[in-house]
Amino acid sequence: MNLIRMKGVKKTYKNGVTAIYDLDLKIEKGEFVFIIGSTGCGKSTLIKMLYREEKPNAGEIIVGGLNVAKLRNRKVYKLRRKLGVVYQDFKLLPKSTVYENVAFALEIFGLPKSEIYEKVLKVLDLVGLKNKAKHYPTNLSGGEQQRVAIARAIVNEPKLLICDEPTGNLDENTSMEIMKVLDEINKMGTTIIMVTHDTKIVEKMKKRVILLDAGRIVKDYAEGTYVNEGI
Amino acid sequence: MKVFRILSRDIRDSFKSVFRNFSLSLASITCITITLLVVSISVILSLNVNNIATLIEKDVTIVAFLDKGIEEVDIKLLQSQIERLDNVESVVFQSKEDTKNEMMEASEDFKNVMENYTEDENPLQDSFKIKVVDIERIGNTANEIKELSGVDVVKYGEGMVEQLVNVFKVVRNVCIFIVVTLIVVTAFLISNTIKITIYSRRKEIEIMRLVGASNLNIKIPFVFEGLFLGILGSIIPMLATIYGYTALYEQSGGILFSQIIQLVEPMPFVVWVSIILLVIGMIVGMFGSLLAVRKHLKI
Repeated sequence: MNLIRMKGVKKTYKNGVTAIYDLDLKIEKGEFVFIIGSTGCGKSTLIKMLYREEKPNAGEIIVGGLNVAKLRNRKVYKLRRKLGVVYQDFKLLPKSTVYENVAFALEIFGLPKSEIYEKVLKVLDLVGLKNKAKHYPTNLSGGEQQRVAIARAIVNEPKLLICDEPTGNLDENTSMEIMKVLDEINKMGTTIIMVTHDTKIVEKMKKRVILLDAGRIVKDYAEGTYVNEGI
Repeated sequence: MKVFRILSRDIRDSFKSVFRNFSLSLASITCITITLLVVSISVILSLNVNNIATLIEKDVTIVAFLDKGIEEVDIKLLQSQIERLDNVESVVFQSKEDTKNEMMEASEDFKNVMENYTEDENPLQDSFKIKVVDIERIGNTANEIKELSGVDVVKYGEGMVEQLVNVFKVVRNVCIFIVVTLIVVTAFLISNTIKITIYSRRKEIEIMRLVGASNLNIKIPFVFEGLFLGILGSIIPMLATIYGYTALYEQSGGILFSQIIQLVEPMPFVVWVSIILLVIGMIVGMFGSLLAVRKHLKI
């Protein structure tokens, strides 16, 4: 079954720049997909449309049964609760502790305290930060902050995790640690879509790779078939 | 249960946020404190002015002099007729003997003159002292009394009373205008300060949206935060009102400059003014926050 189905999607920004031309894409449940391409090829626009930060001008986007292209602004939260998003700049609340940052995503559902506590500690354990629950994000390293962000994104057990250059601000070793965490999450059944321009990571991971160029999909490598052609 | 949990968390978070963003909170609280102090002073002033005006108006009396040689039965009848007029609050009869005694006590010269007359030759007239309900209609009431048979002359300080009424009307309107304007300006100032503090937290709002908070989820904690800021900001103005005014009243003995200017008694006056301040602080804080957050939401 398709978790994501995009059909004839087109996005032109108000300033007249067209970022995506007539794009078709299907992603199955449980897949790990990289989206790569040079700067300005439209990869960020593509995933922003998946979590409805941007709206397509034409076409259909279905994410987990929700017609995202037609979703109203005030209903966007319904989509956001079904998926997790991880950003290059982490987007953590600086004045809340690690625990509070992660718990926040559950508190808005009104879950009981004991349940929140259990779930938050479980994901913090998964990303290896159980002992830093009471720290503030500003006291953590970049890699640790990103792991907090991942914990927050997956704490409500979404079917889909969208990662927008999650390793963009991190060094090589830290990046690989983050990739290990993501791989583990993927093995537990969560579909992951990750935008990156770090081809080293993509080569090592041997996953499905979608190559974008100038707003179009130019190549769709099946799992393990990606070779760096220097594009 | 779920709603209750969410609400109690919102209250907890807004509390935390007041302290975690302490410098911003302090800016808002200071702004609320200062503007509410000004509002407090203006409310106290205008209510006192209003009080003085009311006291002076209450002092205004219509005096109806009765025909000479009027019978006791007619006096009784006349009194009940006057009491039945709709603008009349109270009627007091004063016989010519009472008037004579009163005047003799008041002045030595008058005493000498009056002592020449015997009881039967009293040149004065019996009279009624009449208080009215609505001083603006005093002229009409006086005319109505004059029409009654047995009434000779009616006096109420014609001309002067009308002027007084007009002056007080203007003073009252000016007071209301000043207080309302001040409250509006206060609301504007406070909500602007809160707007600035929330602007610096727009990233927080963006993150809340990204992790799946609905617009309501985002608004409620900020509204509570505004409420807390309003309450915290009105503490000093309330204390200043209660203790400051009571002290002023006790120092002056309730009278300023002359007997005419009587201050309103502090209890329960200061309590009411404080409640007004608190309510203004709370409402303006809440709505200031709400309006400011709405700007950063995508609706």
